[in-house]
Amino acid sequence: MSDTETKEVPYKPTSPNSKLDFESVWEYAPAPQTSDFVEVKDRYDLFIGGKFVKPSKGRYFKSTNPATAEEVTEFAEATQKDVDKAVKAARKAFEGEWSKISAKERGKYIYRIARMLQERAREFAVLESMDGGKPIRESRDVDIPLVAAYFFYYAGWADKLEYAFPGKKPKPLGVCGQIIPWNFPLLMLAWKIAPALACGNTVVLKPAETTSLTALKFAELVQDCGLPEGVVNIVTGAGQTGAEIVNHKDIDKIAFTGSTQVGKIIQKSLAGTDKKYTLELGGKGALVIFEDAPIDQAVEGIINAIYFNQGHVCCAGSRLLVQEGVADKVIQKLKDRLETLVVGDPLDKNTDIGAINSKEQFETINKYLELGVEEGADIYQSKCDIPENGYFIRPTLFTNVSQSNRVVQEEIFGPVLTVQTFRTADEGIEKANNTPYGLASGVWTDKGSKIFQMGSKMRSGVIWANTYNKFDPTSPFGGYKESGVGREGGLHGLAAYTKI
Amino acid sequence: MSDKRIDVKKTYKMYMGGDFPRSESGRTYKVYDSEKNLLANACQGSRKDFRDAVKIARGAFDGWSSRSAYNRGQILYRIAEMLEDRRDQFMKELGPIGFKTSEAEADINASIDRLIYYAGWADKYQQVFGSINPVASSHFNFSLLEPTGVVAAFAPEKSPLLGLVSIIVPIIVGGNTCVILASEDHPLPAISFAEVLNSSDVPGGVVNILTGFRKELSEHFSTHMDVNAMIYTDTLPQEMKKSIDENASLNVKRIIKKPIEDWYSEEAQSPYFLTNFQETKTTWHPVGF
Repeated sequence: MSDTETKEVPYKPTSPNSKLDFESVWEYAPAPQTSDFVEVKDRYDLFIGGKFVKPSKGRYFKSTNPATAEEVTEFAEATQKDVDKAVKAARKAFEGEWSKISAKERGKYIYRIARMLQERAREFAVLESMDGGKPIRESRDVDIPLVAAYFFYYAGWADKLEYAFPGKKPKPLGVCGQIIPWNFPLLMLAWKIAPALACGNTVVLKPAETTSLTALKFAELVQDCGLPEGVVNIVTGAGQTGAEIVNHKDIDKIAFTGSTQVGKIIQKSLAGTDKKYTLELGGKGALVIFEDAPIDQAVEGIINAIYFNQGHVCCAGSRLLVQEGVADKVIQKLKDRLETLVVGDPLDKNTDIGAINSKEQFETINKYLELGVEEGADIYQSKCDIPENGYFIRPTLFTNVSQSNRVVQEEIFGPVLTVQTFRTADEGIEKANNTPYGLASGVWTDKGSKIFQMGSKMRSGVIWANTYNKFDPTSPFGGYKESGVGREGGLHGLAAYTKI
Repeated sequence: MSDKRIDVKKTYKMYMGGDFPRSESGRTYKVYDSEKNLLANACQGSRKDFRDAVKIARGAFDGWSSRSAYNRGQILYRIAEMLEDRRDQFMKELGPIGFKTSEAEADINASIDRLIYYAGWADKYQQVFGSINPVASSHFNFSLLEPTGVVAAFAPEKSPLLGLVSIIVPIIVGGNTCVILASEDHPLPAISFAEVLNSSDVPGGVVNILTGFRKELSEHFSTHMDVNAMIYTDTLPQEMKKSIDENASLNVKRIIKKPIEDWYSEEAQSPYFLTNFQETKTTWHPVGF
C-alpha cells in the first residue's frame, strides 16, 4: 500500500462515537481511596542511631500535599551538627555490631524489611500519594510492590557476593551518604538502602525536602525490624543538608539521584577526594516509532512513557520521533488518547495523572510551556477539567519543534511531550542521540532485527523495545553521557557498594 | 676520506589517525638518556593537537566499536606479534633510559604478555559481565556492556612501555578509542610503540599518542566536552588531581584513577580494569503471542 492510500483510509476507532469520549459517552464515578486509617504525626524528627531525635537548631519546615496545597506535616531540618551525628552513628554501627553479624543473618534483616513493607503496603501507598501527589493507582500498583521487591532481591545477595564478582572477595565500603529525589520517594530509598545493606555498609540517607514522609515511616519500620542502631540513619532537609553529606569527611561513598545540574555540582565537590560515587541523573528519552510498528500499542507506550507519574521520571520518554508515513496517524491517536486521561485527585483510583509535586516544579513546567510556544512550537493540551486547588498541569504535546529547541534539548520533568518526525532509521538514530543525555530510549517496530540494530545504536543505558518505563530489581538501570555514572539494580548495582 | 658511517637518526613525531604528524605548534622539547645526553627532540603537543586527536578518535569510534569481539581479539594478538618481532628496537629504546638488559627484556616480555592477556578477554568479558535478568514481568531482559566512547589518558610516567601498553589495551579491547599522553620524560618508546600499532591491523584513529607536558595539557584533557572518560594511574599532585576531577563534572566524565606502582603486579591487569571503560545497556522486550 502506498503512502497516499494509507492516508485515505478513514480513521476508525471502535467506540460508538468514533472516539473515546468521556464527556458524553461514559463517565467515571469517583473512587476515592480512604486515608483515615493512616497516621501522620504533626511533626517528624531526625532518625539517628536508631532513635528519633530533635534537630540541633530546632528548625522545622512544612510539607504540603500538592493536590490540595494544604499542610501535611513538618520535617526537621538537619544542619551540619546533625549530619555529623548521623555519620558518627553510622560509623559506629559499621565498625561495631553490623560488621560482626554474618552475611547470612544480615540478609535476614533485609528480608524482614521487605516483608514488613508488604504487610503495610496499602498504608505506604496512601502516604506516598498524599505527600507527593502521585496517583494512588501508581503508588499502589508500581511503587510499593517494587520497593518490597528491591529489598527481597538484594537481601538474597548478602551471603552470595563472591558469586557476583568473579575472582574477587568483595568487602563493604563503609558509610554511604545517599541523597534521593522527590519523584519516587520510597522506591529511590529502596534502590539506595537495599544494596548498601546487602554489601554490609551502613547509610545516612537524605530524602527530598518535599517528600520525606515515607522515609520517616520507613525509619519506624526499621525500628520494628530490630535492625541494629545506626545501620540506617535518615536526615531530612533541603540542598544545604545534602551538601553537608556530600562534603562530610567520614563518608566513603556518595550515591545521588537527581538532576544533572546538581549531579555535576556533587561530582565537582568530590574532586580531589577518594570517595566513590554513583550518579543517577536526568534524561531526555527518545521514543522512536517506525511505520511498521503496532500503532495502537505504540500510542499506549508513548502515554506510559511520558505521562506516568506526571512526567516526573528521569527516564521519561519526552521526545517522540515518529517515522513520517505514520506521523499524522500517531499524532491524531495521541491527541485522542490524551482526552481520555483523567487528571485530578491523586487519591482517586481513577486518576491517571496526579498533582505536580511542588509549587516550584509547577512553575518550572509552566515556564517551559511558555518557552515552547515562544520557540514557535504548536502546543496541544487535553481539554480535561483540572481541580481548582493544588498544582495540576494538563497533559501536553508540542508539535512543529526542531532539534535545537530548548523544549527538545532540556529535561522538563513534567507531562510534556515533543514530537518530531524522521524518514530513515539513520536519521532517527541521529536525532535520538542528539542531546547530552543518555538514560533511556524506546523503539517500536514489528521487526526483531530492526529492534536489535536500533537498540545497539542508541546511546542510552536502558532500551525499552515495544514497551516503556518498566522496572525490576534484577534489571540494571543507569545512564550514558550526562545522565550519570554507575548502575543501580541487578548485580551491576551491587558493584557500587563493594570494594573489589 | 673516512669510511665512518653516520647513522640516520629518527625524528620522533606524534601518532594521530594512523599518521605521524608533528605538533601543529611547531614546538619540541629535548629528551635525554640517563646520562643526560640528548636522545631526540620530541614534539610538544598543544591544545590544538589534542582537539584534533579527539576528533579523530571520535571518528574512529563507530567503526572500531562495531567490529566483532573476535576481530578485536585477533587485532590485539597481532599487536603482540608485531611487538615480539621488534624486540631489538625496544631494547634500544629502553637501554639508554636506564633499563638494564634483563630489565628491558622483562619489560618487553610483560608488555607482549599483557597484550595477549587482554586479547583473550576480547570475546569473553561480555559473557562474564553481561547478564540475562529474570524480571518478574513478562519481558525478556538482558544487559550488555558497551564502550563508553572516547577515553583520554595519561600514560604512567615511570613505565614508558609496559605502563603505556597496560593503559591502552584495556581501553581499546572493549571498543573504545583513545588519546594518550606519553610519559613526559621518556616519550620515545611510546612513539616506537605507535609504529608497532601502525604495522599491526589497528585501524587509524583508534589509538592516538601525543607527546608533551601534563601540566600544559591536563586542563584540556579534562575539560573537553567530547571526551567520555579519563584515566590516570600515577599519583598526581593534589592540585592537578583536583582540577581534573572538577573539570570532569562539566560533562559527567568517568574518571578512573587507580594508583599503580608496580606494573608487573597482579593488580595491573584485570578484566575489572576493562569494565571501567564500559557502560551497561539493559534492553527490555515483551514476551508473548
